[in-house]
Amino acid sequence: MFWNREVETMPQEILKELQLQRLKEVVKRAYERVPFYRKKFEEVGLKPQDIKTLEDIKYIPFTSKAELREVYPFGIFAVPLSEIVEIHSSSGTTGKPVVAGYTKGDLELWGEVMARCLTMIEITKEDIVQIAYGYGLFTGGLGFHYGALKIGATIVPASAGNTRRQIELMRDFGTTFLACTPSYALYLAEYAKEEIGIEPSLLKLKAGSFGAEMWTEEMRKEIEKRFGLKAYNVYGLTEIIGPGVAHECTEQAGLHVWEDHFYIEIVDPETGEVLPEGTRGELVITTLTREGMPMLRFRTRDITSIIKGECPCGRTVRRIDRIRGRTDDMIKVRGVMLFPYQIEQAILEVQGVEPHYQIVITRPQYLDEIEVQVEVSKETFSDEIKVLENLRKKLEKRIEQTTGIRVKVTLVEPKSIPRSEGKAKRVIDKRKLTD
Amino acid sequence: MKIKQISVFLENKKGRLFEALKAIAEKNINIRALSIADTSEFGILRMIVDNPEEAKNALEEAGFTTKISNVVAIGVKDKPGGLAEVLEHLFKADINVEYVYAFVEKSGEQAVVVLRTNHLDKTIDLLKVHGIKLLSWEDILAL
Repeated sequence: MFWNREVETMPQEILKELQLQRLKEVVKRAYERVPFYRKKFEEVGLKPQDIKTLEDIKYIPFTSKAELREVYPFGIFAVPLSEIVEIHSSSGTTGKPVVAGYTKGDLELWGEVMARCLTMIEITKEDIVQIAYGYGLFTGGLGFHYGALKIGATIVPASAGNTRRQIELMRDFGTTFLACTPSYALYLAEYAKEEIGIEPSLLKLKAGSFGAEMWTEEMRKEIEKRFGLKAYNVYGLTEIIGPGVAHECTEQAGLHVWEDHFYIEIVDPETGEVLPEGTRGELVITTLTREGMPMLRFRTRDITSIIKGECPCGRTVRRIDRIRGRTDDMIKVRGVMLFPYQIEQAILEVQGVEPHYQIVITRPQYLDEIEVQVEVSKETFSDEIKVLENLRKKLEKRIEQTTGIRVKVTLVEPKSIPRSEGKAKRVIDKRKLTD
Repeated sequence: MKIKQISVFLENKKGRLFEALKAIAEKNINIRALSIADTSEFGILRMIVDNPEEAKNALEEAGFTTKISNVVAIGVKDKPGGLAEVLEHLFKADINVEYVYAFVEKSGEQAVVVLRTNHLDKTIDLLKVHGIKLLSWEDILAL
């Protein structure tokens, strides 16, 4: 089902024309109205009229989260505050928060893209939509709210928390759609069964949108099994608009990006060079139509790739892969990008159990060496050297297949890898890199 | 006639063997036989103790990975060729020895050999046929 079939299935060539026209407009607006952008343009000697093709976007300087913090609170707004009708803000746990301002038009846009997301997974006005994302400064709750409002669904604005109440509402109202973080979804399922004695699969839920944190395909299967629903990935961020930047269709094979409003690029996190389709790198987003807060080449720090080829659902807007990591977690060894989750995945495949591991990088002379220390668990331990040596070799082989990098695997005793509040420190970089 | 053996994963690091042995000593568990197999990075400590289950708990509490597995223990005449004779039977029956360790009893009359093969049941049958003395758990405790 389509909310806006014309745009969602627009041929790429026409879409590109539309993007170029909108890009020129947003660049001009940002340059003229936001001193922050004008200064950045002047620093590199760029004028809005220099942007003649979509490829020219590469000349525009990136915008980072750190820069946005510097102009806290309203330094990125492109309209007078009187035109801003709603403000959201990130939590600011890692520094000053980032503030997002929306005009009436921006809220209209937000509702439009979220309506497309919901319609795409067959949510209609007949559905009872329970929104268990936080309402308030966080964009999650109200983003879904505006979309559900637009399609005319029955909204249950439960907001986050109050788990018992959430489950009672689902049962009593016959909720058919749930939006929350994936970890909260799993908690809800467990709570329903253990604390209230409600079998979650007997609830009327048929679909759910989960996001705002990283999750895996295994978690998707688990959520789907426990609730008997279809679980979808949703992507968005405060700096761009909130949820609704991208969402999976019923194929569950990547997230369609609403490219008529958001221009996406994948860049090398280190060099900033634009990477081709299919290559994994950092997602960079430019808002094409935001009025209150135009965002030019925002570095999301999220790692993904643009999926090649057309989606069987008929939409022509391109898809991105599920978020695979954060650039903060990235390690570059022997010139290759490496993410801890790749190694984790490889170990999991060999052992069949959740691994405890640590990656130690050294540079004894000129070449990086990677040691992956894997804890020997009850499940993998054997009283025969042969078996353990085989395990070690299998791990080395699988990791090389997954990452393309040869590593040395060392088996270590349990708990020899330090654990800090559930989040283990995965990477120890002992290279003395001064550059 | 299978005997329970406890094995422990050890990193090749100073003090690990001591820590493991301390953990079971504190529970008053007595070691009957012991061997260590090692590579350059890790080792496997294998022991026959008088209370394997309790040893396992004590070691796991101390943070070690352990495993209890079955082995056979045999009494071999303490004279030249004693063990070779046993192994010849296994070799002829195409049984593979995974590991073996031995110690001489206090009386000095017999050597006790701990064996792990790829076919433990077949090994037991074969040794019985050839009249080789298999030690029971009681025999082990009496050592």
